Amino acid sequence: MKLQDLNSIKERVLSDVLESTETIRVLVGLATCGIASGAVPVMEKLTELAAGNEKISVSKTGCIGICQYEPIVEVITPDHQKTTYVKVTPEKAEIIYKEHLLGGTPVPDYLVGTVLPSGEDEIATCLEETIFYKKQHRIALRNCGRIDPEQIDQYIATDGYQALGKVLTTMSPDDVIQTMLDSGLRGRGGAGFPTGLKWKFASGNRGNVQKYVCCNADEGDPGAFMDRAVLEGDPHAVLEAMAIAGYAIGASMGYIYVRAEYPTAIARLRIAIDQAKELGLLGDNIFGTDFSFDIDLRLGSGAFVCGEETALMTSIEGNRGEPRPRPPFPAVKGLFQQPTILNNVETWANIPRIILNGAEWFSSMGTEKSKGTKVFALGGKINNTGLVEIEMGTTLREVIEEIGGGIPNGKAFKAAQTGGPSGGCISKENYEVPIDYDNLIAIGSMMGSGGLIVMDEDNCMVDIAKFFLEFTVDESCGKCTPCRIGTRRLLEIMEKITSGNATMKDLEHLEELATYIKEDALCGLGQTAPNPVLSTLRYFRHEYEAHIKNKKCPAGVCKDLLVFSINPHLCVGCGLCQSKCPTGAIFGTLRKPHVINPEICIRCGTCISACKQEAVEVV
Amino acid sequence: MKAAQNAVPFNNDPALQERLQAIIEKYKDEKGALIPVLQQAQDIYGYLPIEVQMAVAKAMDVPLEKIYGVVTFYSFFNLYPKGDYEISVCLGTACYVKGSRKVLDCIQETLSIEPGQCTSDRKFSLDTCRCIGACGLAPVMLINDDVYGRVLPAEVPEIISKYQ
Repeated sequence: MKLQDLNSIKERVLSDVLESTETIRVLVGLATCGIASGAVPVMEKLTELAAGNEKISVSKTGCIGICQYEPIVEVITPDHQKTTYVKVTPEKAEIIYKEHLLGGTPVPDYLVGTVLPSGEDEIATCLEETIFYKKQHRIALRNCGRIDPEQIDQYIATDGYQALGKVLTTMSPDDVIQTMLDSGLRGRGGAGFPTGLKWKFASGNRGNVQKYVCCNADEGDPGAFMDRAVLEGDPHAVLEAMAIAGYAIGASMGYIYVRAEYPTAIARLRIAIDQAKELGLLGDNIFGTDFSFDIDLRLGSGAFVCGEETALMTSIEGNRGEPRPRPPFPAVKGLFQQPTILNNVETWANIPRIILNGAEWFSSMGTEKSKGTKVFALGGKINNTGLVEIEMGTTLREVIEEIGGGIPNGKAFKAAQTGGPSGGCISKENYEVPIDYDNLIAIGSMMGSGGLIVMDEDNCMVDIAKFFLEFTVDESCGKCTPCRIGTRRLLEIMEKITSGNATMKDLEHLEELATYIKEDALCGLGQTAPNPVLSTLRYFRHEYEAHIKNKKCPAGVCKDLLVFSINPHLCVGCGLCQSKCPTGAIFGTLRKPHVINPEICIRCGTCISACKQEAVEVV
Repeated sequence: MKAAQNAVPFNNDPALQERLQAIIEKYKDEKGALIPVLQQAQDIYGYLPIEVQMAVAKAMDVPLEKIYGVVTFYSFFNLYPKGDYEISVCLGTACYVKGSRKVLDCIQETLSIEPGQCTSDRKFSLDTCRCIGACGLAPVMLINDDVYGRVLPAEVPEIISKYQ
């Protein structure tokens, strides 16, 4: 494979497929979210209908980003008019086929504009016309939802592997590292370490020592799925970037550590690696140069701690995935005790574009110390759940109210949780703070891998902090005491608070212990485990105090603090609740108001659903 | 690590052993191959009984303790097989006060297995779970996706016999 060959593939695929002026292109979103929503039967239906019709090509693509409106079908006509259909079923697909693909008239009822506003007078006919999309800037997600991830040719047609060709034929390894340093790219896995600096640390003694390049695809934070979307929608971007890093630091071998819970991502990575090897874009003497680079997959086996860099390497080595103390840092002694760099999937996905467009292009986006864009997985109490890629410096208000479409059911925004079990909450008072690494840390949260869970007035912040703590207690590997025992003790105090048995002294202990764990745990998991507690204490201390002093959960979530009672004016004494109560906590005689004994009541809510008079009240 | 705990007799089929040996052979010279080998061994046997761990230890020249350490660290590895029918008994508060412990005892007696284990014919495996949100039906047990509510211990043999 030579650079000219790459260009001829690109021209051929552009004219025949991606920018064809002959055929209608039909794309079906077949990432995990699409498949789970029933996109496979839609794809089969369209393929069956279009069989034999040379003017229509149906193909799969990755995640388009609006998860809740899957399955999504996009139609691109030979005049390059694009139409996005949402919530498509096989029946709807048949109508789209007849009216739009054969008849030439888009079907208005299923358009994306019926669910997402365009901000203008006319309804949006394609995703690009919606406010949800217009406010985004896609670099890492550039190909997701645009190309078929199982066709290397289509990746090549979007300038794929051109960046690798450019570094191998026109740049020295040091030039590559300098470009990364100048771009200001920081690690997208959460901690935000400058990528170029990491590479520089590992770049010494090229050619004399075995080095490794690793990709962290062990995306374990509950609520984050941007890495999955990239792997399922654009796997070659990761492979190309890893090869670029291999050239920069002098490594010939790369490993992708991907969690076993992502079968679609694993399958597409395997296909991508095979295709790249077949075309000579991985393997020996790439583009006819001296540079050789190979990539292998390693599957995780269900341990959250393996997302931590040293634990991940210990796991690839075939051991229990326990972290190691740093220093030595992986750039000095990493995988198999050799110099190693590890970057996250989203970081990798940015790199080919930085090489092609230059460091200046990338560093012109974002804030002073956080360049480029960040992908967030929007979830929780928000109208548009899905994946969004925004320029650094966008405010939380813009993300939630404009891109996210606000909070459902007219409820009030309370907080947004970022960084998963390692992060914290952003409250309304920081609604206008530009989102970047340093600002988020200053307000007590962190960027994290990009989960952004929105909470409204019905969420109890103490309960949320407890939820994340339960997660870290479960996932603590047990190697160091502050994490293994400390987080468990923290959880016990949290349980005391949410069950109404805590005193203000416990709150002091909670803060003290949280601070100790943060300072003394061995790895990132333990050091950040108290963050959800500390940040909710910082902004929602009054909720903790309400649980402790008044024995009340203001949001009405913590079950132990709720009291179920029957309104005697509404109760008709039918006895339905009494017969349904699993613990026999309801007493009374027929046709007379009943009462609930709070000592026996387990607050399961069965009586509420049983009562036809709505007489059961919760305070 | 007692092999005797496992009610399911180890399937000593030479064909399976051959497949295992082929995998070990393939990874023999690769660094850090233990986890991929164990993952594929579990694909072959469905779980990782002590016999398989010993076979891997011997062929790869790795101490058995290390293999047991790795197997018990990751939640994807199972020491016991799962049955065709996975029975799950809710031990949440509502079910517990309504006697789900007695239901569990009765299942253990009927099938002669403990929670986490599988019957020797690999038909049933038994687990406990926390609240599944069907408190009004307490005590609750699940067999695959079928939910049984207000279960009396005396009914257990009859429910299980439906699947035998």
